[in-house]
Amino acid sequence: MDALRDPASTRPQASAPPAVRCVGVEKSFGLGDTRVRVLRGTDFVAESGKMNFLVGPSGCGKTTLISVIGAILTCEAGDITVLGEDLRALSNARLADFRLNNLGFIFQQFNLLPALNAEENASLPVVARGASTKHAERVARDLLERLGLEGQTRKMPSQLSGGQQQRVAIARALVHEPSLLICDEPTASLDAASGHTVMELLRDVALEGDRSVIVVTHDNRIFEFADRISYMGDGVITRTETPENGEQS
Amino acid sequence: MLTTALRMLLGDRTKCLGLVFGVAFSTLLVCQQMSIFFGLLGRASSVVNDVREADIWVMDPSVKTIDVPFPLRDTVLPRVRGVEGVAWAVPFFKATVQVRTRAGTLENAIILGIDDASLVGVPDAFVLGSVDDLAMPDSIAINPAGFRLLFPGQELDLGRELELNDRRARIVAIVDAAPAFAANTTIYTRYSLATTYTNNGRNQLSFVLAKASDPDRSAEVAARIADETELKAISSAQLRWESIMYVLENTGIPVSFGTVVALGAIIGVAIVGLTFNQFIMENLKQYAALKAIGLRNSRLLTMTLTQALFIGVIGYGIGLGAAATFFSTAAKRSDALRGFYLLPEVAIGVAILAVTIVFASTIISMRRVLVVDPATVFRG
Repeated sequence: MDALRDPASTRPQASAPPAVRCVGVEKSFGLGDTRVRVLRGTDFVAESGKMNFLVGPSGCGKTTLISVIGAILTCEAGDITVLGEDLRALSNARLADFRLNNLGFIFQQFNLLPALNAEENASLPVVARGASTKHAERVARDLLERLGLEGQTRKMPSQLSGGQQQRVAIARALVHEPSLLICDEPTASLDAASGHTVMELLRDVALEGDRSVIVVTHDNRIFEFADRISYMGDGVITRTETPENGEQS
Repeated sequence: MLTTALRMLLGDRTKCLGLVFGVAFSTLLVCQQMSIFFGLLGRASSVVNDVREADIWVMDPSVKTIDVPFPLRDTVLPRVRGVEGVAWAVPFFKATVQVRTRAGTLENAIILGIDDASLVGVPDAFVLGSVDDLAMPDSIAINPAGFRLLFPGQELDLGRELELNDRRARIVAIVDAAPAFAANTTIYTRYSLATTYTNNGRNQLSFVLAKASDPDRSAEVAARIADETELKAISSAQLRWESIMYVLENTGIPVSFGTVVALGAIIGVAIVGLTFNQFIMENLKQYAALKAIGLRNSRLLTMTLTQALFIGVIGYGIGLGAAATFFSTAAKRSDALRGFYLLPEVAIGVAILAVTIVFASTIISMRRVLVVDPATVFRG
């Protein structure tokens, strides 16, 4: 990764925990009578080096909250600090740079590029940061092999199972060593066994270093992997618990 | 990321082929039609081009094109010769005539009568025989296309006889004259013979060809001839241009070819535009994913432009290659298409058109890429 562009311009100089702090965040969609307030003064914290789960019923605002945390959407009010950076102070272009240098995303539908093989898909963020294709693909290949895809790295997404595709997506999310990983329903498109395997891999690989992971999920079968679970309802965090000691707030 | 953009494009082979076909089709159509159009315009002035010795053409003031001469009195010739600065002046006859072979083959031909004494006015390139052979009785020179029309399937040779207006004529030379606009057969003979072959009336002289003593002052000499004879005296280049303009202004050729060229461009934009838009729409989620990963709009725009440029270059290359193949094979084998070439100017013009087609077609699609919401990747 030493050949990559120095992300110091957007990476926080001193990443103090928590990795994410949202205070009174508000976000609405639509105008006039059709305006819907999705985030209603949401407070949320994701701790560094932990698996932070965000759970709640459909339509409660989970996806909107991670979109705001992931610098994809901007909020209208409140404070949002991610990895020490005040996202509201960044322009759209700087937000894009922030995502590229600091964040990794795992999507429910994988969103792999069908024309690229596993290795090429996984290497995309590194290539996007200016590294040579050869170097990026070597880094991606190593990571894919760590994720159990030895011998599969040249296969196209259509030749891989759902679980294998999600592993490629995990590799793509981690290949550029982001400080925060955001996972949207990572097991929703997988059967129970594959989902369990993917979560084990996420816990083993994603939590290296001081990386923070946010997992949005409905799937209570994977709650066992959570270090911290925030329950969301109607645009606000209603409760947060730490499964190890049952601490609630 | 540009490689990624091309891989995305090539990954959808059907659409990629459709896009390349759209550009290739437009390029071929426009290249071919424009080359034939310019070839036809060249034919409109081919007789002027073939007369290399003279630099001034004298004619009736009403004449607008080489193809429609108005007969002059024979007394015009000595008057032109008497103008100061004229090195020499010779008569030039041009008319159409019906030619028949002994086998009964009948064709229209352009007959050009050149000065009996100097034989000035014949192209340099003789395939068989020479210009001196025209001094023989009843002798004519014919172009290869005309020979093949009159004697289909036979090798070019000399000594064959033709009938021109009930008079005998013998082929003594094959001259490589440029194809003319009005007919494929061109016959050169002496002025005195040409006038007997046509019987056009008392006044026979179509043009007077003149040469200025000082070639650098030919315009001045032409003006003096016009002043002293009250005739029209212009340079070869002027007559060439006027003949071309006559075709442009008085025939349906520009409209006809212009329509085909416009249709080629419109069809190109339609095919490329619709297919590229469909390609972008189907890949919009991938662009959204790339945006979510952190690619700026400028990089996505570069990726889209790279895809468009790739389509343009490959499509243009195929279309140009097909057009070049047409002109280097089919057109060379057919006398009807002789003189039609793929001009470099046409190739350059069509390259600009291809770029315009591709970018005009992709502008709307590009906008979709730029405004796509990266948050859509979170919506299952």
